[in-house]
Amino acid sequence: MGKTLFDKVWDAHVVDTIENGPQILYIDKHLIHEVTSPQAFNELEERGISVFRPNQIVATADHNTPTLNQNQPVKDALSRQQLEQLSKNCKKNDITLYELGHKYNGIVHVMAPELGVTQPGLTMVCGDSHTSTHGAFGAIAFGIGTSQVAQVFASQCLLLTKPKSLRVSVNGKLKKGVLPKDVILYIISKLGTNSGTGYFCEYAGNVFEEMSMEGRMTVCNMSIEMGARGGMIAPDETTFNYVEGREFAPKGKDFDAKVAYWKTLPTDDDAVFDKEYTFDAEDIEPMVTYGTNPGMGIKISETIPKDDNPSFKKSLAYMDFEAGESLINKPINYVFIGSCTNSRIEDFRVAAEFIKGKQKAKNVTAWLVPGSKQVEAQIVDEGLKTIFDAAGFELRQPGCSACLAMNDDKIPQNEYCVSTSNRNFEGRQGQGSRTILASPLVAAATAVEGKIVDITKHLN
Amino acid sequence: MPSFWEGVCYNRKMGKEHPALVGIIATFVDIYNMEKFTTLKSKAIPLDIENVDTDQIIPARFLKATDRKGFGDNLFRDWRYNKDGSVNPDFVLNDARYSGKILVAGDNFGCGSSREHAAWAITDFGFKVVVSSFFADIFKGNALNNGLLPVQVSKAFLSDLQSCIVSHPETELIVDLENQTISVKDADLSEDFEIDAYKKTCMINGYDDIDYLLSKKEKIEAFENAASN
Ligand code: SF4
Repeated sequence: MGKTLFDKVWDAHVVDTIENGPQILYIDKHLIHEVTSPQAFNELEERGISVFRPNQIVATADHNTPTLNQNQPVKDALSRQQLEQLSKNCKKNDITLYELGHKYNGIVHVMAPELGVTQPGLTMVCGDSHTSTHGAFGAIAFGIGTSQVAQVFASQCLLLTKPKSLRVSVNGKLKKGVLPKDVILYIISKLGTNSGTGYFCEYAGNVFEEMSMEGRMTVCNMSIEMGARGGMIAPDETTFNYVEGREFAPKGKDFDAKVAYWKTLPTDDDAVFDKEYTFDAEDIEPMVTYGTNPGMGIKISETIPKDDNPSFKKSLAYMDFEAGESLINKPINYVFIGSCTNSRIEDFRVAAEFIKGKQKAKNVTAWLVPGSKQVEAQIVDEGLKTIFDAAGFELRQPGCSACLAMNDDKIPQNEYCVSTSNRNFEGRQGQGSRTILASPLVAAATAVEGKIVDITKHLN
Repeated sequence: MPSFWEGVCYNRKMGKEHPALVGIIATFVDIYNMEKFTTLKSKAIPLDIENVDTDQIIPARFLKATDRKGFGDNLFRDWRYNKDGSVNPDFVLNDARYSGKILVAGDNFGCGSSREHAAWAITDFGFKVVVSSFFADIFKGNALNNGLLPVQVSKAFLSDLQSCIVSHPETELIVDLENQTISVKDADLSEDFEIDAYKKTCMINGYDDIDYLLSKKEKIEAFENAASN
């Protein structure tokens, strides 16, 4: 029987197998950030264990950083302490850190691919569930808890049971205005938030083959939102072209040798998945969520479904929405374009193209938060900043920002925010805030109109 | 802390099931990083809400600490307290009728972020077991790595359990890890649960994965050498 992409990468990293137990999986790259690493460093220190392979670790500061005045000392004492702790830990253990203000700083899942740290065929982990993003390159990448961060520090390995395999195929032609974000929100709305639990997901079909790397990252990013530990897309020319020439990518002959290997990775024709789903691209439309988990999504033109489940009702009550109502024309005061789901250059290009020549609605506060310093620089270089400034949008400095609202970028209580991030949990963007997940195009249109509009009508 | 001899007994008894562990027991017999878990008899707190995500368990604004302690104070913060900081009397954790070391949650518990702070908050509050009909992967792993036992039961059993506790808050549950059963004391309500055999061994004995991985350093280095050639 043939092997899947996942099998090939996994099997190449098994160090040992415990009889009737888990396997020891070797981890090639370990990404860390300030929030989920300090306790792991402490644990190592308490137990007198040193970091085993510091040069396979890359660190950034992103979750708890301000998006204004990054050149000044961080005001919040606890946040500052957490950042200082990261710097200290990295220095002490010889770990490369791109700290706040560094030209390579950014959200871990944006900066690592940009630097060529992310490559096909690797195993990658980070103490962050959206590590699934890196699967867009055909890597096995997944989020881990802090105890596991300590394990990787100590041994560059993890004890894991091989997950089951799942394939989601989408074929056909996407309609105008349907972005990668809509594709993944659509899939999650159909499959639910725990359909992927216990599985690693491969996305296949011409829709993903035709996507840019940025689009593929958006899709793989939200694999965790359907419960899957990770998502993967087979590496191809698009992948190789993206990786080539980046800072940490292999160069010259090494690169050619790698490409030859990467070409052997795609799933064999006769490989069998434990579970398969297939969707038609034509059925997908721009999506919005109406509830408090990412599976509660509808096409923007649809109405909120009816359901008597108490948790469903609790969720609608939190959002102050009624079953059966449409979201079109709902006034919105906050728009956030950012997060590791949608803060890459392509996302800002899409937004700028729509915004160009228009004005932000008066009632709206619109935050644009690039995923990295490099994206920020590109926004300026490509002239997008001029468009955003003219339209009244606020371009901030890179970081996770209002995606999780650990810093000051919080959506006020009871306010709706149309957000390009990945989670619409209660209070995720600030206590009492109400999140509507959408694509950067829908977010940009919302900011211009001051309310949710049927974007498909605007495009035709 | 078990004595050396207990360790050796364990070694003999469990060695059959886990030959790979036999060799390391003697080496690591003195390293017990987690509390041991065998059987727990306790009252329970019913949290009958589905899809409880990690942002509800511990909101992001409380993740600024750099150690593992104290997160229990902010467990379910935005449900436990009103916006003005006063106690929300309607939330089950504030209901004096309920207490105990077992949290009986709704379906699909722990989805969302990888933050281990969620498991730390639950254990720090005093829970040793969480019961649900479905757990998110990362949460389950984090719980097990912190000596918090996730017990996955059928939806029907979960609903029976909820009703039982709500109608009789003094109800005691018995969670027997060795035999993998959860039952209601003095009632005919019991169910078996699954747990990875390796993780079960770790829980019962208080071992953690680092001990095991460190014992495999040679193999890991051999793997690295082979991979670089
Ligand atoms: S942007 Fe949001 S989802 Fe992504 S790493 Fe940061 S906090 Fe997590």
